[in-house]
Amino acid sequence: MARRDRLSGNEAVAEALRQIDPDVMPAFPITPSTEIPQYFSKFCANGQVHTEFIPVESEHSAMSAAIGAESAGARTVSATSSAGMAYMWEELYLASANRLPLVLALVNRALSGPININCDHSDSMGARDAGWIQIYAETNQEAYDNMVMAYRIAEAEGVHLPVMVCQDGFITSHAVQNILLMEDKEVKEFVGEYNPEHSLLDPNGVMSVGPYSITNYYMEARRAQAEALHNAKAVVKAVGEEFGRLTGRSYGWFEEYCMEDAEYAIVLIGSAAGTAKDAVDKLRAEGKKVGLIKIRMFRPFPGAEIAEALKNVKAVGLMDRTESFNDCAGPIGAEVSSALFRARHMCETINYVYGLGGRDVRVEDIEKVFEDLFDAAENGTADYYRYLGVRE
Amino acid sequence: MTDLNKVGPSCTWKDLTEGMMIYEGGTSRQFKTGEWASIKPEYIESKCIHCLLCTPVCPDSAIPVKDMKRCAFDYDHCKGCGICVKACRFGAIVMEGVNK
Amino acid sequence: MNNTVEIRWHGRGGQGAKTAALLLADVAFETGKFVQGFPEYGPERMGAPITAYNRISDKEIRVHSNIYEPDYVVVVDESLLEAVDVTAGLRKEGAVVVNTAKSVEEIRPLLRGYEGDVYVIDARTISIEALGRYFPNSPMLAAIVKVSGVMDRETFMTEMRGSYAHKFASKPEVIEGNMKALEMAFDAVN
Repeated sequence: MARRDRLSGNEAVAEALRQIDPDVMPAFPITPSTEIPQYFSKFCANGQVHTEFIPVESEHSAMSAAIGAESAGARTVSATSSAGMAYMWEELYLASANRLPLVLALVNRALSGPININCDHSDSMGARDAGWIQIYAETNQEAYDNMVMAYRIAEAEGVHLPVMVCQDGFITSHAVQNILLMEDKEVKEFVGEYNPEHSLLDPNGVMSVGPYSITNYYMEARRAQAEALHNAKAVVKAVGEEFGRLTGRSYGWFEEYCMEDAEYAIVLIGSAAGTAKDAVDKLRAEGKKVGLIKIRMFRPFPGAEIAEALKNVKAVGLMDRTESFNDCAGPIGAEVSSALFRARHMCETINYVYGLGGRDVRVEDIEKVFEDLFDAAENGTADYYRYLGVRE
Repeated sequence: MTDLNKVGPSCTWKDLTEGMMIYEGGTSRQFKTGEWASIKPEYIESKCIHCLLCTPVCPDSAIPVKDMKRCAFDYDHCKGCGICVKACRFGAIVMEGVNK
Repeated sequence: MNNTVEIRWHGRGGQGAKTAALLLADVAFETGKFVQGFPEYGPERMGAPITAYNRISDKEIRVHSNIYEPDYVVVVDESLLEAVDVTAGLRKEGAVVVNTAKSVEEIRPLLRGYEGDVYVIDARTISIEALGRYFPNSPMLAAIVKVSGVMDRETFMTEMRGSYAHKFASKPEVIEGNMKALEMAFDAVN
C-alpha cells in the first residue's frame, strides 16, 4: 500500500535512502543537497538504518571513500551539488571506469561563477561524459522513485556502473509537495540484497582494483566500459517497467506528453517540464498541435528513440538549462540535433538556453517558445541558438 | 572467475576483466620484468656471509632466501638497479658501472 | 487551473514566513488537497526580505514557477511595505493580509493603489499575549486561512494541533500557546 505524504525533494530522497538502507554514506555538505546527508545522518543516529555514515572533509574525499567502500563490497551512496561535484571530478571517472555501482544523489545547482546557489544543470551536464548513468526528475515523486530504482540499474548484470540521480536544486529539493511513498518492505524487496561477485573484503577472493592500463589495453578498456553503458539502456527501461507494475508509476527513457499528433514540440529535462505541460495544455485548448518530450535518462542518450518520437514535428525547441560555451549548442541541442540528422528528419530546431542560476521559468516563457516554433516552421530561422528569459 | 590467461596483449575488449580488475594475488610474478635490465648484478657466493642485508633493499624481491641463506638472483625479475651492490658490505655482489 | 489558490508570503528572514508556508501546505495536505509550499532562496539572512509561496489545489500541481499573480498575499512584517511592492500582480478579487497594529484605512495608502480587500491583524499583540514572545507566523497562518477560506476553522484547528504535536514533540508546553494564538487570530481578522 502506498503512503500519501507531502515531502520536499530532499526529504523524499532521504526517505528512499532510509528504506534502501545502504551500507555506507560518505558525504560533505553543500547547498542545496545538504539536507540529504543531514536527514540521513539523523536516521543513522536514531538507529533506523545500519549505514556507516562517514563525515569526510571534502567532496574529493567523499567520492574517494565511496569508491573504496563500493570496491570493498558495500552498497554506497553520496550526495552533492555544483562545486561539490566539480571537486569530485577525478573520482567520477574512476567510479565508472572501475565499474562500481554506487549512487550519487545530485541536487542540480549552477557552477560558479558568478557564484550562485540556485538551479541549473551545468554541474551534471559538465559531467555527462564521465561514464555515469544519469537520470533526472521533474518532481519530488520522480526523485524518490528514481532513487528507489537506482541500485537495480547500477548493480544489474552487464552494467555495474554508477548512477547519478538528479533533481532541480530548490525548485524540487526544497519545495514541499504531495508524494506517494512505498512501504519499507516493498522498497527492500524491490532493491534486493547486494552480493557482488567480487569485492575487496571477500575473504575467498583476492583482487586488485584500478590497475594501470598501458596504451595497449586502455582503448579496449574504454570500449568495454562503453558497452556497459549501452547495456544500461535496456536495464533502465526494464527496471522502470517493473517499478510501474509495482507502483502504477512506470518509467522509460523519456516521457512524451501530447506527442501523438504534435507538429511543434519542445525537449527538456527536469522541473521545467511540469511548467511546460501546463503551457502545452493551454495551447492545446486553443487548438495548437503542441507537445513535449521530457528526457529522464540523459546517459546513455536515447537519441534514435527521441528522433523517432519527433518524426512528425515541423519545429522543435531544444531546451538546455546550461550554457556550454561553445558558440553553437547546448547538450540537448547538440545531441537531439545529431539524432535528428541520423534519422534524416530535417525539421526546424531552435536551441534555447534557459533557467540559468535559478532564473524562473513561467508558463508564459514556454508559450513564447512555441510562438517562436510556429514562426520558424513557417519562415525558417537563422537564429538557432538563443537565450530564453534574458534581459536584452 | 575471469581466466587471467585470456588477458594478454592481443586480446579483444570482450576478453578484458570488468573494470580491468585482477582477481588473483601475486600476478606480477607472471611479468618477467627482469628482461628490462641490460646489466645484471653478479653474486660471488664465496664472499657472502649470508647477513641478508641485500634482500630487504631489493625493490623487486629478486633475492630469494631459503633457510636463512640467500640464494641466487631471480634474474626473471631483477631490473639491475644495483641497490644490492651498495648494500653489500662484503664485496659479494658486483655490477658493472656500480661503485661501492 | 482555476481551482488553484495561490498565496505569496512576504516576510523577513527569521520571522517564520517560510515555516508558515510549509505549515499551510501541511494542513491543506491533511484535508486531501494537492499542495506546494516553497521559499524563494537568495542570500537571505536574519532580517532580509524573503518570499515564500503556496499553491493549494484539487488537482495535481505541475507548474514549478514562482507566483506572480497570487490570489492572496500575506505580509508578515509591515516594515516591508516600503521596500517591497507586496501587492504586485495580486488579483483584485483576492486580498492582502498585513501584520500591523494600524487600521485598514492607515495601511491601504501604503499598498501602491491596490484595489482589492485589505485585512489587518496585530500578530505582535496576539503572539505576546498567547506565547509571551513574538512569533508572528502562527497568527498570520490563521489569518490567511480565514481570509482565503481554504479550509474551515474546525478542520484547521484540528490539523494544526496535530502538526504542532509533531513539530513541538520535544517541547509540548508551547503547543497550547500556539493554539491560543491561532484562535485569537482567527477571531481578530474581520
